[in-house]
Amino acid sequence: MGRDEFLFLLIGLKWTVALSIVAFICGSIAGLAVALARTCGIAIIERVTAGYIAVFQGTPLLMQLFVVYYGLALIGIKMDAWAAVSVGLTLHASAYLGEIWRGSIEAVPRGQTEAAKALALRYVSRMKEVVLPQAIRISLPATIGFLVQLIKGTSLASIVGFTELTRAGNIISNQIFQPITVFGVVGILYFLMCCPLTIYGAHLERKFATEVR
Amino acid sequence: MTQAAIRTDVPEQMITMTGVGKWYGAFQALHNVDITVNRGEKIVLCGPSGSGKSTLIRCINHLEAYQEGQIHVGGMLLGHQAKTIDAVRREVGMVFQQFNLFPHLTVLQNCMLAPVKALGLSKAEAEERARQLLERVKISEQAEKYPAQLSGGQQQRVAIARALCMRPQVMLFDEPTSALDPEMVKEVLDTMIALAEEGMTMICVTHEMGFARQVADRVIFMASGAIVEEAPPAEFFSNPQHERTRKFLGEILGRH
Repeated sequence: MGRDEFLFLLIGLKWTVALSIVAFICGSIAGLAVALARTCGIAIIERVTAGYIAVFQGTPLLMQLFVVYYGLALIGIKMDAWAAVSVGLTLHASAYLGEIWRGSIEAVPRGQTEAAKALALRYVSRMKEVVLPQAIRISLPATIGFLVQLIKGTSLASIVGFTELTRAGNIISNQIFQPITVFGVVGILYFLMCCPLTIYGAHLERKFATEVR
Repeated sequence: MTQAAIRTDVPEQMITMTGVGKWYGAFQALHNVDITVNRGEKIVLCGPSGSGKSTLIRCINHLEAYQEGQIHVGGMLLGHQAKTIDAVRREVGMVFQQFNLFPHLTVLQNCMLAPVKALGLSKAEAEERARQLLERVKISEQAEKYPAQLSGGQQQRVAIARALCMRPQVMLFDEPTSALDPEMVKEVLDTMIALAEEGMTMICVTHEMGFARQVADRVIFMASGAIVEEAPPAEFFSNPQHERTRKFLGEILGRH
């Protein structure tokens, strides 16, 4: 495998990183909304968001990407592959992060909310200053775990023709007939993205643990 | 040290509850409760567990909604709209059995949060007020620590200071010493006694009958969600009128 082939893989890597970042940021914003809606105390809103979560957790990510890419095209909404997989991954991430954070919000002891209420703090302050900072600490292992899953999940974008790292590897492999070498390198590149995240997550957990104890 | 938390610009009748009823589903937790608490009065609320004492004081700052009757706090009718609930909560401090300090914030930040976010004080003002009140509960040297680094008694004193930072007109205590190791009960009671002596209006749910004798203007005994008996402590302890009160006192005083 020569320099040009490797550079082609790096361009694929760039899109994998871009896709992961977009999906995580947009997914986090939407996921926070889902988590707050899921814990708002209004039965109808809680049930609707529970359904939303169930749909995305109960179907394969690949199918979700197909639906967004082909399904929306059928009803006249035409998106290019990049936009379609971004939307698909964002929806997917919002459901999973929403559920992870819903659990973390509920794991914060009720006395914390009561103390905040008794101090006349309104909903936004209660959430922003009291509940969410504690929920984030609780959710950290699951959130980092999901982020790693999400990075690897971007590889499914290759199926709808988006040239990210996996598809770039596929193309190179078909050109130079060295699948072991090419996919070995692709695997190492994924590992180099995911492993530091896992280590960073463990570091953050330790940091928060010493702060609180 | 008195000026910090006691206010005088308030009506004579601090809290009035008239015909208050509360249900959890089909279970009636409070029956037709009538209480009037005047400014500066100290009320001790006692009764067997499940008698509705905590529910009653939690209705006063609307941690629990009530379904029947009326509650006035500092002249305001406590309705169910967010606006009046917030207004009442700004005037009513509460101390919990489990302290409920915010574990991710330092002692000082715990005390500053609500004055900044709910009263709109500047950080400098809030910090000055917080340090003053931490001084008052004799814990100022711990200001930079996190709650988990303090003993239970220290945490509860911080919780008292945190509530006082709102300059409330009334303080509610919900079994403030029940979660403490015996050797820490006194430091918390001493803090409460000092607060009482400064004229703070207080309602305390507690089993500390020594505290009731020393501090209370009135002791209210509850059973099964209703007020059974209400009397000054001397009379309450020496000459209880109702059989249930006598039985309760026998049990609780017999233990000590």
